[in-house]
Amino acid sequence: MTAVSQSPLARAPRGAAPRTGKPRRNALLWVAEHAALVAVGVLTIAPILFVVLTSLMSSNQALTASIIPKPFDLSNYGKVFTQLPLAQWFGNSALYAVLATAFMLVSSVPAAYALAQIKFKGANLVFTVIIVAMLLPPQVTAVPVYVMWSHLHLTGTLWPLILPNLLGDAFSIFLLRQFFMTIPKEYGDAARIDGCGEWRVLWRVIVPMARPGIASAAIFMFFHSWNDYYGPLLYASENQAAWPVAYGLATFRGQHGTDWSMTMAMTVVVMVPVVVIFFFAQKAFVEGIALTGVKG
Amino acid sequence: MSAPTRTASGREARLGRSSRPADPTGSGAAPTPAPPRRRRSAESRRRLVALGMLAPALAGLAVFFAYPLVASVFYSFTRYNQLQEPQFVGLLNYRFLFTQDPQIGPAVLNTIWFVVILVPVRIVFGLLVAGLLSRAKTMTGFWRTLFYLPALVPPVASVVAFVFLFNPGTGPVNQILRVFGIDGPLWFNDPSWSKPSLVILGVWVMGDIMIIFLASLLDVPRDLYEAASLDGATGMQQVRHITLPTISPVIGFAAVTGVIAALQYFTEAAVASSVASGKATIGGGTAALLGYPGTSLLTYTELLYQHGFANFQFGYASAMAVVLFVVTAVVLVFTLRRISVFRPEADQ
Repeated sequence: MTAVSQSPLARAPRGAAPRTGKPRRNALLWVAEHAALVAVGVLTIAPILFVVLTSLMSSNQALTASIIPKPFDLSNYGKVFTQLPLAQWFGNSALYAVLATAFMLVSSVPAAYALAQIKFKGANLVFTVIIVAMLLPPQVTAVPVYVMWSHLHLTGTLWPLILPNLLGDAFSIFLLRQFFMTIPKEYGDAARIDGCGEWRVLWRVIVPMARPGIASAAIFMFFHSWNDYYGPLLYASENQAAWPVAYGLATFRGQHGTDWSMTMAMTVVVMVPVVVIFFFAQKAFVEGIALTGVKG
Repeated sequence: MSAPTRTASGREARLGRSSRPADPTGSGAAPTPAPPRRRRSAESRRRLVALGMLAPALAGLAVFFAYPLVASVFYSFTRYNQLQEPQFVGLLNYRFLFTQDPQIGPAVLNTIWFVVILVPVRIVFGLLVAGLLSRAKTMTGFWRTLFYLPALVPPVASVVAFVFLFNPGTGPVNQILRVFGIDGPLWFNDPSWSKPSLVILGVWVMGDIMIIFLASLLDVPRDLYEAASLDGATGMQQVRHITLPTISPVIGFAAVTGVIAALQYFTEAAVASSVASGKATIGGGTAALLGYPGTSLLTYTELLYQHGFANFQFGYASAMAVVLFVVTAVVLVFTLRRISVFRPEADQ
């Protein structure tokens, strides 16, 4: 997937015939393309800009037509932490995302390795079942799973969303398997001839080579848990102390009708961790997205 | 299923092993009985290790996939709430679903609307932006990151942000429209604009499919374009006859995963209804908010949620789940084999 990070495609025919007229048309095309890039860029960034600007306004100014905060007011960021149990919700989100990711890695890396690097009868069947499990809407299985967790008295917590990752996550297994498939089998075979067992091959040969892939699967899982709304709605909506931040944001309104400046401050708070992680791990993340849809 | 077998035996041959023994009992092969047996034991040991590595995942598939699927079908023939054990009621739930439930009509129509409008619109815009990006020469990394950024925003946050941006009174969008003398609509508060508003949001967050399209656009061999332009093909002809055919599998992938996502469209619609109505949580028994304004955002999975987890009609919710399963399964049966990443044989 180096293609993603590498140079643009097809400079096409341009510059091939520097005759009359051509350069001017190319220049026009260049201007048009860059104008389009800038336009799309402005439309992309404007919503985020408005959100940040509004989060810096007073509640009253947020209800006016003005765009620039006057004065710049950071107090909304203090208010969301003091007037709401935001720190607790933040902790819940962090616990959910970190544990879900760790549990997923423990269960899904060996499973993906077995599917990608060991030849055995039944591998294709297991893979197909995992694909179907990954693509089926979670609502299809929601009722019996909910009943199961309520028998275990774990509704009202986030554990029904964390613990299943110990038993593998279909999307993560799929993604990791796609990465492991790109590693030639000869590496593992060489280690096997030297007397390594499969676990050692996985740990010593494949894991070091697949670090970007594993990082990508981990980030996907982390983001998925951090962003999750449906899961917490199902299992934790009755217990405010167990809410993650994303769910808390969806339910926040303010005491007297919608308080937009506080809501926007909270929106920024929910976004920041994801954006920070993205900038640190951008490459692995982008490769992961491309690999889910393109390879093969 | 022939390709993997071929690969397996090919690998054995490469490792210098004998091909599959024609006669496993080895009746005539007295001089060399040992190698086949050792091979077989090595093979079964390898299988055992593989299954051991897969054991947690297989248990997970049984507990969280196979069992609930079967149990959903069972519950769908019962009346069941948390207080009483399931009581068999035959096809009652299905009869209510198909003939009586007054909310099922809008829920199904809204869901179909998202499948038919949201999915293609997102693909078209994803393709356009990917195409634009694939031609950029300078600052490619910057543009790519910028255009991807919205896809990263947690869905709840982006919905809350959009309901604010498009709020009729003080939202920046209508303020800007006013500058041009346009009286903006009520967006998320108007039943006929709420779904289009979510489509605008869906386009803003199209970075995920845009990245996939971009990767495949950059994979189109350059020589094809060079050959075509030597033959005098125009830009549009090149797009039609080279670009689109080459990336069509990726468009297919985006379409199938998009349709499946649209069939279970939930978070965006539920949060938009709840925030735009300006009223409290949808979890705390106020399921009437689902679909606000009116029933314009009531999707099939929202209705399922409302019956199952707000009213605890587990039997009826299971019937809805079974119908959703059948619809998804039909989509998958017709499309899954065409998508190479989902095929086990699709290795290197």
